[in-house]
Amino acid sequence: MEYKPIRKVVSGNYAAAYAAKHARVEVVAAYPITPQTSIIEKIAEFIANGEVENLQYVPVESEHSAMAACIGASAAGARAFTATSAQGLALMHEMLHWAAGARLPIVMVDVNRAMAPPWSVWDDQTDSLAQRDTGWLQFYAENNQEVYDGVLMSFKIAETVNLPAMVIESAFILSHTYDVVEMIPQELVDEFLPPRKPLYTLTDFDNPISVGALGTPADYYEFRYKIAKAMEDAKKVIREVGKEFGERFGRDYSQMIELYRTEDADFVFMGMGSLMGTVKQAVDILREEGYKVGAAKVRWFRPFPSEELYELAKNVEGIAVLDRNFSFGQEGILFNEAKGVLYNTDAHPIMKNYIVGLGGRDFTVADVKKIAENMKAIIDKGELDVEVDWYHLKR
Amino acid sequence: MIEIRFHGRGGQGAVTAANILASAAFLEGKYVQAFPFFGVERRGAPVTAFTRIDEKPIRIKTQIYEPDIVVVLDPSLLDTVDVTAGLKDDGIVIINTEKSKEEVLEKLKKKPAKLALVDATTIALDILGLPITNTSILGAVAKATGVVSLEHVQKAIQEVFSGSLGEKNAKAAEEAFNKTVIYEL
Repeated sequence: MEYKPIRKVVSGNYAAAYAAKHARVEVVAAYPITPQTSIIEKIAEFIANGEVENLQYVPVESEHSAMAACIGASAAGARAFTATSAQGLALMHEMLHWAAGARLPIVMVDVNRAMAPPWSVWDDQTDSLAQRDTGWLQFYAENNQEVYDGVLMSFKIAETVNLPAMVIESAFILSHTYDVVEMIPQELVDEFLPPRKPLYTLTDFDNPISVGALGTPADYYEFRYKIAKAMEDAKKVIREVGKEFGERFGRDYSQMIELYRTEDADFVFMGMGSLMGTVKQAVDILREEGYKVGAAKVRWFRPFPSEELYELAKNVEGIAVLDRNFSFGQEGILFNEAKGVLYNTDAHPIMKNYIVGLGGRDFTVADVKKIAENMKAIIDKGELDVEVDWYHLKR
Repeated sequence: MIEIRFHGRGGQGAVTAANILASAAFLEGKYVQAFPFFGVERRGAPVTAFTRIDEKPIRIKTQIYEPDIVVVLDPSLLDTVDVTAGLKDDGIVIINTEKSKEEVLEKLKKKPAKLALVDATTIALDILGLPITNTSILGAVAKATGVVSLEHVQKAIQEVFSGSLGEKNAKAAEEAFNKTVIYEL
């Protein structure tokens, strides 16, 4: 069947809901929280309209229970999906370790929302990055198309490596923004993503298994190693699935870091998620003004694309790392990770951390231009002014 | 790229207007983006929504600060909100009002290149029986700006509102299209 996309104008949240539908998810367990709610509302609407078959929707009393229900469903062999944001994700934290430890390929959309207090419903990456060490893969979407594509690819990747995956989109900037999305006809999604074939299930009564047994000091260590190895192996799977997706549907995701006009760049802006769309726009403008700049969008934060970062870092003089997140007592989280990756290599560009857009503070083309001027001055001088720049701070 | 900013009050459907305008432009083969001001919406409070229309995919993800077109759904906002803030020099302003050009211009901080006035509230009350002006004002947008055709506005309206509700809203848009008065300034 020839690929003819179905183009629709949808919000990021509806893109996520359509992707879950097209992935033929079998269990959705969820609890509402702004700005995620319209994802699960849309899925409920699909069920009410009879647009989906064989989908069990489990309304639960909290996010902790939502993830627990997904864990049960996934252990029973089902393709399970949920969505949450901020405090809801934090409440799930215990269960996130559980899902990864039990090697269950659940896919969840997290709509990045700032952690309270003070209360905020706006975009901020700290909620998802605080789940860094739970053993979930993390994909950050730049636009609504990547939300849709990310969910479909994540099921395939997660079910190959037996680890759960989080697809992350920005509060409001994507979740409630309508944009053109190319959707894939169901038959072609089915070819790309056949039904899940679990290695073990609780419902295979001829081969009974135990999930959640005691791991004594004699065994626990090896279980952890296997997760570490699966996460490392996921890089290859991500690149292969991303390439296959490109061959089938014309959008290539074989690079874990998407590079934009970096070939001859003196320095690059590196970041994740929706803010990188604005950065690319700014790069085009800056190039016209004579700046040799590019953009490096980190698509996958877990597993971390160390090899691709090294290849980029050895060819540029500077990297401006844009973090819409912060680790108190240290620095921006992407910045911290990137520096760590490069320490034991021969690639040591000047790296500066800009803390931007926390709690939904608008991050504009003009901001990127100011950062470009600052980075250029730093590179010309050969030394940093400050390492961590609270760029928007009212002074 | 054309950037449009809508000013309304919570409950008047400014966000829906931004979405319908985007859908209408999409029907004409354009790339579009529509989004609310990322605030906390309450019924009656001032609300802002945005639409971008371009020939190529839209990458920028920020609010609109220098609009080409400003659309005001509620005339009372002219007293409290600087609706022309950042308006481009060749910008167009479309206002739902029963007031005269002179009265309106007195309230605008910046004189637009083109001003379009329509009493969308009366049209909405007549046809829909409700003072919800989001669909009728889009008829005025089609007339005053030409960024989309009335036909596509009506089609996009009927994608959002089905059946007789869709027909009534499409009719309200047509009525506003016919009754919009345009002033080149």
